[in-house]
Amino acid sequence: MSDNAYETDVVIIGAGPVGLFAVFELGLLGLKCHLIDILDRAGGQCAELYPEKPIYDIPAVPMCTGQELTDRLLEQINAFEPVFHFQEMAEKLTKLEDGRWHLTTDQGTEITSTVVVIAAGGGSFVPKKPHLDGLEDFEGSSVHYAVRRIEDFRDKRVVIAGGGDSALDWALNLHPVAKRVTIVHHRDGFRAAPASVEHMRSLVEKGEMDFEIAQLAGLEGSGGQLSGVKVKTKTDGENTIEADTLLPFFGLTMKLGPIAEFGLNLHENLITVDTEKFETSVPSIFAIGDINTYPGKLKLILSGFHEGALMSQAAFAYCRPGERLRFQYTTSSSDLQKKLGVR
Amino acid sequence: MKITVTDLDGNDHVIEGKAGWTLMESIRDAGLPIKAECGGACACATCHVYVDMDWIDATGERSEEEEDMIDLALEVEDSSRLACQIELSDALEGLKVKLARDAVL
Repeated sequence: MSDNAYETDVVIIGAGPVGLFAVFELGLLGLKCHLIDILDRAGGQCAELYPEKPIYDIPAVPMCTGQELTDRLLEQINAFEPVFHFQEMAEKLTKLEDGRWHLTTDQGTEITSTVVVIAAGGGSFVPKKPHLDGLEDFEGSSVHYAVRRIEDFRDKRVVIAGGGDSALDWALNLHPVAKRVTIVHHRDGFRAAPASVEHMRSLVEKGEMDFEIAQLAGLEGSGGQLSGVKVKTKTDGENTIEADTLLPFFGLTMKLGPIAEFGLNLHENLITVDTEKFETSVPSIFAIGDINTYPGKLKLILSGFHEGALMSQAAFAYCRPGERLRFQYTTSSSDLQKKLGVR
Repeated sequence: MKITVTDLDGNDHVIEGKAGWTLMESIRDAGLPIKAECGGACACATCHVYVDMDWIDATGERSEEEEDMIDLALEVEDSSRLACQIELSDALEGLKVKLARDAVL
């Protein structure tokens, strides 16, 4: 096997709260898990959207933030040694002759597992794209939503759109190598960290960086190569900034992505499951949390936890055929306490 | 209370708003397409709407938190608001708003 090929009992797509708690329920049954997530850390929406926002409806926890919930879940599942594959998107799923699943990610990771659990919430977090005509023609060549190698921007005229930390951090980081950096933002105020904003403003004052209070209006160029970015200002109308590269940083939005092509029955972009095992229309593929639907479904974290517990019972039957599953409590079972590492 | 919501095709929908609830919740409950990905926590910008100029004063000013979040919205106008940050009251009877593209697409 190559360096990025793995075998495990269960692959969980999505490392949000429901995916994390599934590791716990599966772990109590002795099942090992790998998790794939497009974000660079665990927590899903709790980490991306609500890290500092309060959550009031977790049983026995009157209030915790999204980040606190994530941190506690990570602590709770630590003993089960889950393997995380961050910044990767589950791309292709094929059935092997022996009945197991072979999953590949967009980064080339390959995982073979008996069971697949989709806990992908609202889908993958992907960059929000500006509504500009012909945008697709320039994506990947002149328009980028992330910086992989700073060196790629050497001597380039770079336009960065947005006012958050990504926009400001990359403007400052690319400034030393780029020929020219222009920030385009709709107002003379930024949500980015004040220190970055101050640094940017001092560069603009010295004439080393440009800042336009404007909005993106169009792209100029041909054959995938950008020559200019059209912007619209409130006072002067449209003008064009000469540019080789555009980096739009407008945050993330959720898209179902390749999961839609897995051959599962869907209803309005949600995966239909039964309410006994939370299994999809394809045996040994389960869906739990916000991504599934069934009569009476509530998109609550606590519902996802419950779904994970029931799913695990069925997953065990696939992973350990012929073995009897004994129902046990963590309070009293020496077997479970050993698995939890507390005995 | 009645609220008029204009969709991306320019069609007007008169929906029922409920005092004490947010505009986003009313639009969502009416079955109109509004992503509102964070569910109303002012943590994304996918409930972006344009408030009709006649209603700008009545709907109040953006908070600092909302102002920051609108940095993530596309095609921002002076009338841009996040629908989850507009609480409905009887004073907003007849309110008119238009969905922004990034709230739907």
